[in-house]
Amino acid sequence: MRDFRFWGLLPAHVLMALTLIVPILIIVAVSFSTRGAYGGFEFTFTTDAYRQILFNEGWTGELEFNPQYLYIIGRTVLLACCTTFLCMALAFPIAYWITLQGHKARVILLFAVTLPFWVSMIVRVYAWLIILGNDGVIEKGLRLTGLVDDLPSLLFNNGAMLAGMVYSYIPLMILPVFASIEKLDPALIEASHDLHGSRWVTLRRIILPLCWPGLVAGAILVFVPCLGAVLEPVLLGGGKILMMGNLIQMQFGGARNWPFGASIAIVLMCLVMVFLLLNGLRATRKAMEEMA
Amino acid sequence: MSHRTDVRRYRGLSGFAVVFFLWLYLPIAVVIFYSFNENRLVSVWTGFSLKWYAAALDNQNLMNAVRTSLEIAAIATVFATTIALMAALVLVRGKGVRFRRVSETIVNLPLVLPEIVLSVAVLILFSQIGFANGFAKLAIAHTTFCTPFAFLPIRARLQGMEMDFEEASADLYANKWTTFRRVTLPLIAPGVFAGAMLAFVISMDDFITSNMLNTGGATTLPVYIFGLIKQGTTPELNAISTLIILVSLAVAALALFIQGRGGSMTDT
Repeated sequence: MRDFRFWGLLPAHVLMALTLIVPILIIVAVSFSTRGAYGGFEFTFTTDAYRQILFNEGWTGELEFNPQYLYIIGRTVLLACCTTFLCMALAFPIAYWITLQGHKARVILLFAVTLPFWVSMIVRVYAWLIILGNDGVIEKGLRLTGLVDDLPSLLFNNGAMLAGMVYSYIPLMILPVFASIEKLDPALIEASHDLHGSRWVTLRRIILPLCWPGLVAGAILVFVPCLGAVLEPVLLGGGKILMMGNLIQMQFGGARNWPFGASIAIVLMCLVMVFLLLNGLRATRKAMEEMA
Repeated sequence: MSHRTDVRRYRGLSGFAVVFFLWLYLPIAVVIFYSFNENRLVSVWTGFSLKWYAAALDNQNLMNAVRTSLEIAAIATVFATTIALMAALVLVRGKGVRFRRVSETIVNLPLVLPEIVLSVAVLILFSQIGFANGFAKLAIAHTTFCTPFAFLPIRARLQGMEMDFEEASADLYANKWTTFRRVTLPLIAPGVFAGAMLAFVISMDDFITSNMLNTGGATTLPVYIFGLIKQGTTPELNAISTLIILVSLAVAALALFIQGRGGSMTDT
């Protein structure tokens, strides 16, 4: 039993090593390979896959700069930032409002906030397809008011993807933010008030700084899955406006360019790592804990 | 203290909350509403009908997908929870464990990696070693990304627990295994249950990995629904979605009920 220290951890280490760490090393190798004749890859060291992110090869073999994939990477980062920011802006007031309620109401409201999260992700994204779609709920509602006759399509644009992602990931923001507001000592707010701080000054100078760790934890939980989003760009972006997630997926599906897909996956992973390092490892660990 | 003078309250917050909850639940309500539409087109309402539910329940492909999803989720939950429980016992309770921080990070690794990267990783791995059983591929991949979700609630429960009872049990000449089975496990049961529940839901909900590995004939429910959506929105799709919503809400309510009896939600 003394050796439980060793074999208790063994299954977890073996699982993660075989299905995660080794495969990621293989991805790195594939990203430096050339594509095989029938899909797959052949290992010959080359940086072609990374060059393809930036350059097009012309007819005569000359390279010309092609910003197409940079746009996709930029759009992904921008949409993930916007989603994170919107989630913060929506989650903070709601979480704050919930902490003001009585104990019983608090439990019920917290449950109500997380309840939609239990419903399958694909069903929730599908709901937005019906709402935003042609002849969808929004278009019908606007037509009833008589203000508009025919709307340009609300689907298949950046806004539709943003709406879907905010809706998908907001519970991940609310829970850590709620936990940090709940720990806030009300006496501090009263003290600020006694010192003639207005409600807004109190919010800006007392409440927000004290709840910042919760907001950062929530931002990590929302930002990382947003960078790798696949469902939202495929369904709400119509598969034409790409994000990195579905660009990678396409390379392993129809396009059959594994080295290019692997290089984009490595870029995605580096983006995530840079983001996590910027936030510091402590905040990351905290985010993981809040999630439980 | 009256509400008006309470300095913690902000004007307009309640109104904002009402709008927020409408926004949160409206999409789900819309899906349910249109599932009763008799017309073949989702958004053209022509009358009330339950025929799409009959069609959904009669759909053999759908039922196969449900069975595949349930089986994979069950296998992944059992393995992920067992692996996570063992790891948590060592990492929280073990004395003098070397590389504790590193081990903990490794167990939680799937949480900080975008799932698309993980799915590409296992896809290449399985294709390299020529492993072709679609069902087993999914079960293994799901176990990997469910493990941290099972790990965190169990660890949280273990951390919040004193060693007293286990020491008492040892004083009463119980061996380690008996102590674990009769004392530790019952005490951390709510955490284990929460972890298993989370793992099960995460596995059932997974789309990215299941779709990426969907070549060996194992189609899960989300992947099947994705295929239907690609063919166009129909009220049958809404009926299927409504059934999924009802089952998920029932499971969520049950989980809350059991959690409520074993300790508060925020405990885990």
